[in-house]
Amino acid sequence: MTKFTQRNGLSRRTLLKGAASTAVAAGATTLGAPMLWAQNIKDVTLRQFGTGVSNLNDVANKVQEDLGFTLEMTALDTDSVTQRAATQPNSFDIADIEYFICKKVWAAGNLQAMDTTKIDNYDKIAGTFRSGLLTPESTIAQGTAPHTVGFTSGQNGTDFVQEESGWMTLIPTIYNADTLGIRPDLIGRPINNWSELLNPEFKGKASILDISSIGIMDMAMVVESMGEYTYPDKGNMTKEEIDLTMAIFTEAKQNGQFRAFWKSFDESVNLMASGEVVIQSMWSPAITAVKSQGIPCVYQPLEEGYRSWGGGLGISAALSGIELEAAYEYINWYLSGWVGGYLMRQGYYSAVPETSKEFMSEDEWGFWYEGKAAEGDILSPTGDKLAGAGEVRDGGSFLDRMGSVVCWNSVMDENQYMVRKWNEFIAA
Amino acid sequence: MVSPLAAVLLIFLVLPIVLIVIVSFWRATEFSIIPAFEFDNYAFLFGSPVTYTVFFNTFKYAVITWACTLLIGFTVAYYLAFHIRSQTWQIALFLLCTIPFWTSNIIRMISWIPFLGRNGIANSTLMSWGVIDDPIEWLLFSDFAVILAFVHLYTLFMVVPIFNTMMRIDKSLIEAARDAGANGAQILWNVIIPLTKPGIMIGTIFVVTLVMGDFITVRFMSGSQSANVGRLISNDIALLQYPSASATAIVLLLTVLITIGILLRFVDIRKEL
Repeated sequence: MTKFTQRNGLSRRTLLKGAASTAVAAGATTLGAPMLWAQNIKDVTLRQFGTGVSNLNDVANKVQEDLGFTLEMTALDTDSVTQRAATQPNSFDIADIEYFICKKVWAAGNLQAMDTTKIDNYDKIAGTFRSGLLTPESTIAQGTAPHTVGFTSGQNGTDFVQEESGWMTLIPTIYNADTLGIRPDLIGRPINNWSELLNPEFKGKASILDISSIGIMDMAMVVESMGEYTYPDKGNMTKEEIDLTMAIFTEAKQNGQFRAFWKSFDESVNLMASGEVVIQSMWSPAITAVKSQGIPCVYQPLEEGYRSWGGGLGISAALSGIELEAAYEYINWYLSGWVGGYLMRQGYYSAVPETSKEFMSEDEWGFWYEGKAAEGDILSPTGDKLAGAGEVRDGGSFLDRMGSVVCWNSVMDENQYMVRKWNEFIAA
Repeated sequence: MVSPLAAVLLIFLVLPIVLIVIVSFWRATEFSIIPAFEFDNYAFLFGSPVTYTVFFNTFKYAVITWACTLLIGFTVAYYLAFHIRSQTWQIALFLLCTIPFWTSNIIRMISWIPFLGRNGIANSTLMSWGVIDDPIEWLLFSDFAVILAFVHLYTLFMVVPIFNTMMRIDKSLIEAARDAGANGAQILWNVIIPLTKPGIMIGTIFVVTLVMGDFITVRFMSGSQSANVGRLISNDIALLQYPSASATAIVLLLTVLITIGILLRFVDIRKEL
């Protein structure tokens, strides 16, 4: 299973180094760490949990180096993350969760709202997370769009408000547009529609993810693409719509369309890399992981558009005093660019692209963000080659990709019904 | 005064089960569970055709796995107990059987995946021998794969108790049977099998309960495509539906208890031991 915990040992040496770099960073950059705390903030340990995508050991190490305090990370799968955020408020300080999870757990009161005036780069956060509009002309996609659950009425608010109220539920960090992953070498023809997932041509070679709130959206994309039904709102289906969607997929399942379902990131990588599956729902870094094994794999842009998701950092309601200051400092550091650059080089987007740019080479920025052809080798943060000179990112530039988003991962009013139906689909 | 044993059982066995029973009548919403006394969870459970399929699947896995492990386990134990004369060799070979248990359950299971896959070792070997032209699809992510993994994981639980009872059979009984003119098959059927019944029964209980309570093997080896009751429960827990998971757990617990109750009607383990 994908559960692991990382602890950073705190030796005297790293402590000193950390303290020194905190002082430098605070003086030289826009971090603006309150110096009042600088003496003992390095004794703070923040416990963060989230999905594997952004719970990276490299981030914990860099926090130690730049800020001087310890960050303990726990990576869990999406369902376990929801479970922990909702039921174990004392087990974490920082929740690294997705916006649709926020919709589920916010009302439980385990997270506290964050004061946007304390967020240095608030003004630079992408429009998607504030007004909901990527560009002034954009339309807002269906589903749980981040800005709809991004703000609350006040420090102790348990509601969501639709305007920029100055109190954020999550500070956005990461987002991306998801589509189907394919093995072009094994398919040998162009794939342009979501409906190909259920094409009998790929019988026994398709897969979909077994995480209900995400999987149902992929299903909806397929159903619409097949011309079976057009949803008034994919992100909020009625019971009848859920039944209809599940019926189509249950039939396909019983006809042997699917090779397997996957739940964790590495399962999807293995299915694709081993050739068990040639077309499936996939996440961007999984494509990267398959490619870095030297196996061709494409994150195929499709005519109907993308399904998108966004994640951010939330602070436990239990935090106060110096820990709370440390949490704000951590979040400000998070948005200051280093992490953004790291995530962008994995194929995600940073919520504050401007600052991330400073931590990427011009070629990397051009390739990942602007959709330009690479001039030299494009390397992953860990040093694997992902693309060579002349290659272009699947789907093109940031605006091309995020501009084609038609729905967000979501939580429906009929969520409980959907979950039961999903369970039945898996067991069918 | 409660004796220590009773106290331990009360705290670590009875109490948790009582809690599960209580929670199974509660109500769940998206992210919270609300104390209540209602039968919704059970009504949904018994009202859904999927429940019956899943219980049928669970029994199917249990019965097939039981038959395979019994056959293999009995043969291995028989060989060890009656064909290996020296005790040193008996112990050495017995330890050999336990070697796979030096690694974790999950690793032993997952190592089947590259072996059985479409481009796995099994398929490429068969294809290079010319036995098949196209890879066999049902080797992996199928019921076959699930049962194969179960048999691999649990055969030892059959070998150990059967071997143990066989070692305690008085060898003079077998000599007496032979003197009385019984042939090999008759000795096996009329002397050895009746005397190893308690071992078989203990092995059976191990295997049946392990298989019926499993979820991870089914999830990995079927590629999440098949479900048994354990997976139903784990899915519910993952989705925060604790009351519904508890209700399913209670039904499963009762089913397993009834199954064991029936098994124990055949052999009185206490008496035989």
